[in-house]
Amino acid sequence: MARTIDTAAQQIRTASPAALLRRRIFGHYGLLFGIVVLATIVLIAAFAPLLTAHDPYTQDLLARMKPPFWMAGSDPDHLLGTDHLGRDYLARLLYGARISLAIGVIAALISGLIGTAMGVAAGYFGGRVDLVVTFLINVRLAMPVVLVALAVVAILDGSLQVVIMVLGLLLWDRFAVVMRSSVLQVRDLEYVNAAKAIGCSVPRVILSEIMPNVVNNLIVVATLEMAHAILLEAALSFLGLGVQPPTPSWGLMISEGKQMLLFEPWLIAIPGVALFVLVLAINLLGDGLRDVSAPENKG
Amino acid sequence: MTDPILSVRRLTIDIPLAQGTMHAVRGIDFDLKRGETLCIVGESGSGKSLTSLAVMGLLSGKLRRSADRLEFAGIDLMRQKPRTMRSLRGDRMAMIFQEPMTSLNPAYTIGDQLAEAYLLHRRASRVEALARAVELLGKVGITAAESRLSQYPHQLSGGLRQRVMIAMALMCEPELIIADEPTTALDVTIQAQILRLLADLQREMNMAMILVTHDLGIVARIADKVAVMYAGEVVEQGTAREIFDNPRHPYTRGLLRCIPVPGKTKPGEHLGSIPGIVPSLVGVVEGCAFRGRCDVAAPSCADPIPEQKEGAEHAWRCIHGQAEEGAPA
Amino acid sequence: MSETATPPVLELASVTKTYQVKQGMFGKPKPLHALSGVSLRLNRKDVLGLVGESGCGKSTLAKILLGLEMPTDGRVLVDGREIAPGERRLLARRIQPVFQDPYSSLNPRKSIEDIIALPLLVHGIGDGAAREQAVTRMLDLVGLPARVRRGYPSQLSGGQRQRVAIARALIMKPEIVICDEPTSALDVSVQSQILNLLGDLREELGLTYLFISHNLAVVEHLATRVAVMYLGQIVEEAPARDLFAGPRHPYTTALLESVLTPDPSLSVPDTHLGAAYPNPISPPPGCRFHPRCGKVRDICRTTPPPRVEGPEGHVDCHLYSAAPTH
Repeated sequence: MARTIDTAAQQIRTASPAALLRRRIFGHYGLLFGIVVLATIVLIAAFAPLLTAHDPYTQDLLARMKPPFWMAGSDPDHLLGTDHLGRDYLARLLYGARISLAIGVIAALISGLIGTAMGVAAGYFGGRVDLVVTFLINVRLAMPVVLVALAVVAILDGSLQVVIMVLGLLLWDRFAVVMRSSVLQVRDLEYVNAAKAIGCSVPRVILSEIMPNVVNNLIVVATLEMAHAILLEAALSFLGLGVQPPTPSWGLMISEGKQMLLFEPWLIAIPGVALFVLVLAINLLGDGLRDVSAPENKG
Repeated sequence: MTDPILSVRRLTIDIPLAQGTMHAVRGIDFDLKRGETLCIVGESGSGKSLTSLAVMGLLSGKLRRSADRLEFAGIDLMRQKPRTMRSLRGDRMAMIFQEPMTSLNPAYTIGDQLAEAYLLHRRASRVEALARAVELLGKVGITAAESRLSQYPHQLSGGLRQRVMIAMALMCEPELIIADEPTTALDVTIQAQILRLLADLQREMNMAMILVTHDLGIVARIADKVAVMYAGEVVEQGTAREIFDNPRHPYTRGLLRCIPVPGKTKPGEHLGSIPGIVPSLVGVVEGCAFRGRCDVAAPSCADPIPEQKEGAEHAWRCIHGQAEEGAPA
Repeated sequence: MSETATPPVLELASVTKTYQVKQGMFGKPKPLHALSGVSLRLNRKDVLGLVGESGCGKSTLAKILLGLEMPTDGRVLVDGREIAPGERRLLARRIQPVFQDPYSSLNPRKSIEDIIALPLLVHGIGDGAAREQAVTRMLDLVGLPARVRRGYPSQLSGGQRQRVAIARALIMKPEIVICDEPTSALDVSVQSQILNLLGDLREELGLTYLFISHNLAVVEHLATRVAVMYLGQIVEEAPARDLFAGPRHPYTTALLESVLTPDPSLSVPDTHLGAAYPNPISPPPGCRFHPRCGKVRDICRTTPPPRVEGPEGHVDCHLYSAAPTH
């Protein structure tokens, strides 16, 4: 069958979306920095037992409050010194990364599932569903997160599981808001209509036509909420209502160091800097992903 | 013979991109006299809209504009400070955009927006400016003009909004008006009304008009002169009659064969088409940019193409044309 | 068409679609009659051009035919059999769309192959290999090279994307294709290629088109019959030849007058269409076109016009009613 177009018409523009994305990622230094730092922290958390010979729970009351390596009187065996119970500070820091990451990832996952389901339903179906979801979002926004978390943890007693659950059930609002508006933008595009005209079922339209086009927004929100959850856990632990001792949590480490704030500021500075770097890396990653994935939408 | 109000020589617009420089407009020339309408016609990516923005001095920051000459009423636009350009725009030269929905600010009333330019350029009182606004709304065929002044853009239909845009452009009696696809977003019936209005006002106020469009029907009906743009170049220009009755450039001929014409093309039969796609304008562009899609291309098309002329106005950039006098189109 | 033995491949019988539109935040919802009693018949291999201004109900009609909207009243019949609500999937095998904007009608996250094969996948037709073959066949049919199959929409030009959209529409071997302004987002030179392709495919596959367009030159070129819509009603329907040679309804005349043929010896026509398009929430009484009509008479302001049947079509206008004019 001969059609009246020649070879030039059939030339495809060379760069595939994947290649363009790769080019944008490697041109975005903030994103690269975020990825590298976050990957490092994940590796440290994963291989913590290989990086230090000390156990984060072992107390040595004879070797309490040893200063870190850059101060006089430091012990080469304890690079970052020891805390008020003589536990190795480096070990506690490394194992603490596990807690922070676990809380960040799992809380973001739980709230992501709840928020995405609500937001997508509201955006796609509109009408009454949208009214209900919007109402729920408003109710949730009217609750002060820290106070509610404090109250719940105080009633149920703080433990890692309780903190994760509370944060997971509290941080879904931004997912819902962002997903709702993203889906609203996409749902009336013609490829969605085309899929419906083909005879696609509603779940199929949502999962295969809509979700791939809003997932970049989802990832950005997920990173931000991860950072949010990590900071909230630190705050709760600092107030004594989060993860309970002797678990090595960074927030708890800051809390335990606060009595010595004036005499041994490094006790707070070390976990504080770790927390700062982790949250910064996650936020840079989120911002970077948003920058990198935005031009994709313009086609 | 009067001096042209707008004179453009070797206007070039470069866009720096990551992959290299894109030569979006490559040395175009045209002149426009008072009371004349020039239609710049071309497909997407031909550089026609950039050209009109360049004349207005409205190119965005990273685009680079250069020209041997860019003169408006004896003023060298290439050397003017942004301040002077601002005082020219909206006063002596005005622009009408494609999308009447987004070109009006939804937060201000029609009256406020119409009066703004007049207050700015004429140091008139608000009462005078609003009186002028009523006068012009009447001119563009809007009934009950006074009551419209306090309305907001969303209260008007698309056709009415475009009329308001035209009234706004005409507030200070500009000498040059540039309309970039002014009717593309409108219905056919409204399109005819708006074009008629533009043509009438242009004649009445003796303005020079540049109309940028992709629609050959509009061009034929409204243009005195036509510039056909392809890949950043004016490949052919001349009077409307010369372009439509005696097109010389293969691209112009191809375009004219592509559109169905009631009464001329037989229903259902194959329309002409131009195979291929517009070449990339990134990096060095040599020779005729159309040669890859041209059915009369020759090896010498890769060399610089001389401009051929016939009569005072008709010019085209192609190695063919002159010799093809009697050849079938 | 007068009596034919076979039922029309597609028939709309007084289809009405009413939306409830809220005015302001606390306003009472008011009915908007997007379609009021639209009846249409499409015979096999017909190309019915549907023309009218934006807001006249063209797109609503297309959505009802595609099953994206349910009619408030009236029936849709395919091959003489009524399509009940919920038979969406059945309808999908017979009626497929080609949309206006090839930039938004293809999912940017999917490969060309996946886009074209989706209908087969959804309806569970064929295995992987058969689907792959079908895609190859469709790419060839619409004039795209086989290597675009692994590409993504962003790598294709507007014309190529529209070819992909046509391939997706045809892979299920539908009988009816709803073309909703299929060329208005394309450049002139590409537009003619797509029109040629649509014409060829109709010949080869025996397709029936509902061709919605505001470009009357294009409709004249492709359509065999034309229906003119105004404010949710079909005011004139006739074979394309007759309608373009002798429009009867004043609105049709105005539409035809506003077609700008590329003839430099003519100027912009005066269509005498005074007022702007009316608000469909409160359509004018009597003939809905009367506020813009140059030939308006007293009866037009009060009484809806009768349907005047011709040999091969109809016109809804008082000018042609049997009653004596003077």
